[in-house]
Amino acid sequence: MSRLAQRFADLKAAGRTALIPFVTAGDPNPELTVPLMHAMVANGADVIELGVPFSDPMADGPVIQRASERALEHHVSLRGVLEVVRTFRRQDPDTPVVLMGYLNPVEVMGYAAFAEQAAQAGVDGVLTVDLPPEEAEPFLAALRPHGLDPIFLLAPTTAEGRIGTICKVASGFVYYVSVKGVTGAATLDVEAVRSQVARIRSHTGLPVGVGFGIKDGPSAAAVAQVADAVIVGSALVRRIEELRDDPDTLLAQISGFVDELRRAIDGAR
Amino acid sequence: MPKTEQHMSGAELQQLPDAGGHFGPYGGRFVAETLMGPLEELRQAYERYKDDPQFIAEFEYDLKQFVGRPSPLYLAERWSAKLGGAKVYLKREDLNHTGAHKVNNTIGQALLAKRMGKSRIIAETGAGQHGVATATVAARLGLKCVVYMGAVDVERQKINVFRMRLLGAEVVPVHSGSKTLKDALNEAMRDWVSNIDDTFYIIGTVAGPHPYPAMVRDFQSVIGREAREQCLEQEGRLPDALVACVGGGSNAMGLFYPFLADEAVAMYGVEAGGEGIASGRHAARFATGRPGVLHGQRTYLMEDEDGQIIESHSVSAGLDYPGVGPEHVWLKESGRATYVYATDEEALAAFHDLTRTEGIMPALESSHALAYATKLAPTMAPDRIIIVNLSGRGDKDIHTVAALEGITV
Ligand SMILES: Cc1ncc(COP(=O)(O)O)c(C=O)c1O
Repeated sequence: MSRLAQRFADLKAAGRTALIPFVTAGDPNPELTVPLMHAMVANGADVIELGVPFSDPMADGPVIQRASERALEHHVSLRGVLEVVRTFRRQDPDTPVVLMGYLNPVEVMGYAAFAEQAAQAGVDGVLTVDLPPEEAEPFLAALRPHGLDPIFLLAPTTAEGRIGTICKVASGFVYYVSVKGVTGAATLDVEAVRSQVARIRSHTGLPVGVGFGIKDGPSAAAVAQVADAVIVGSALVRRIEELRDDPDTLLAQISGFVDELRRAIDGAR
Repeated sequence: MPKTEQHMSGAELQQLPDAGGHFGPYGGRFVAETLMGPLEELRQAYERYKDDPQFIAEFEYDLKQFVGRPSPLYLAERWSAKLGGAKVYLKREDLNHTGAHKVNNTIGQALLAKRMGKSRIIAETGAGQHGVATATVAARLGLKCVVYMGAVDVERQKINVFRMRLLGAEVVPVHSGSKTLKDALNEAMRDWVSNIDDTFYIIGTVAGPHPYPAMVRDFQSVIGREAREQCLEQEGRLPDALVACVGGGSNAMGLFYPFLADEAVAMYGVEAGGEGIASGRHAARFATGRPGVLHGQRTYLMEDEDGQIIESHSVSAGLDYPGVGPEHVWLKESGRATYVYATDEEALAAFHDLTRTEGIMPALESSHALAYATKLAPTMAPDRIIIVNLSGRGDKDIHTVAALEGITV
């Protein structure tokens, strides 16, 4: 069983909803990413989603765009991200790590080389935002022998017929994008998310994570009632941006925020 | 053996793309899931209307009465004599309403937007020509219009920015990344994904996710259809060579496409060599690029060893793009078309030369095509025929040219 599948099975057995914080690797600087990851785990993160910086993050709002730009200023690219994961794994053999990024850096590294190096570094899942299942087969074929879980997005605009197709090629979990928009955009509508998640569950037994638009404890708690995982990105990254010049306060504040999300999620069930 | 480049005839190339929007391994649809549904909806709408007699009639009426088509095929006699070789004809897209070929496409897409019930139009623009062409059709159809433009381009194309605002469009300067066309495209995509329900995104070139490259090509193909007919009429035969500049590639694709099956007609796409290939400051994707994925398509890209997109450079904003339309990549790999570049300096020389010799002031983009024609024509016999796509007029560039020569206008 993959580390992701194991983690979701354990959470299910314990009746808990997963908390998945997102940070961009290398933001605000490469030295801080691993301490941030450990701090988030210590405060209740179940899975870490690690953003791979890209020059043209078309699906991201301004907050994550700027995180990408900060990381790229430090020349953190795909190889640097794998290095971050390798370092993290030395101290944490259990917490699954999912990479989230765009296809081009992976294309340039080569699918096979990427899959091999990612697995070696201790990556568990890969979400390539701009790679829909229709174009994904060669990539999936490269991930498979290394046991890496391909994570796919589902959106409010996903036609009924596609949900099944996507869930068939996905493993680990599926990621429901709760708003029509870029990351960090509008607030989500919990009732709409509830019915959409139900629609997805009729197609798959995979855990359903929900992200985009979760900003704080109350919105995390609301989503925790309908989803298997609550994914929080821009709200965290915004705090990192604000405190980027003060690493100690940054770690303390992020720890506090993750703890707040954890409590809100646990209180919701 | 799969059907690779070498085995594809021009007629076969004309059948592309496949159902998934592929030109060989290029093109396709590489976008986040939220856009997959809307792109499919767009494809279906386009498929439905492109052969609809009423849609075609409306499109053709607008091209004739609003744009002023057909655009002339003009024999540049004095310039040809000066070059001392082939006869050079200019396809006068500069005479179109709004001053460039861009309007052919915006009219087509705006008609589609209307039929799809969209009330808001967005666009990206580099030189501002596509932005102006979009703002123009939006004004005419009473649609709300927002144009994204890199902050660098806003600065170097001030006249077009003001034109767009006069036409009622909102121009949004984009400050992310390299602040040029690629970043404007990112921002337009972000707007689209956030306003899917009422918004139609008019992409200005043969790039982006399927169906855009094929759809824009089809709307622009009026250029090549007319040129083919006009050449037969004026010369009694087909041309020997076609030359067009290639930013994203829409004016070139529009000229080339109707000639693809005419195997004897050579095709040259001219990209921006900027300050020269060795300087690294250029937009020569064919000369230096590698396959990659950006803006919803697999194509040639200018990128670093980590797959990060690098800034392109050109004196002409409209050619300043690190990617290129996927169909061009396939035409290159199939050997059907040849891709060359002209530097800033060569383009500027051609700009002045044509202006002085023919009384026609070309856009700096089009000047790249002219610059290559100055090399090609002397290698050909006087009875040979070259058609250069004069994709736009140079009025928008006079500030750039003046500044380069240290003149304040
Ligand atoms: C006059 C003119 N020619 C050419 C181009 C390049 O675009 P494309 O390669 O799509 O024709 C532009 C783009 O703005 C333009 O304004």
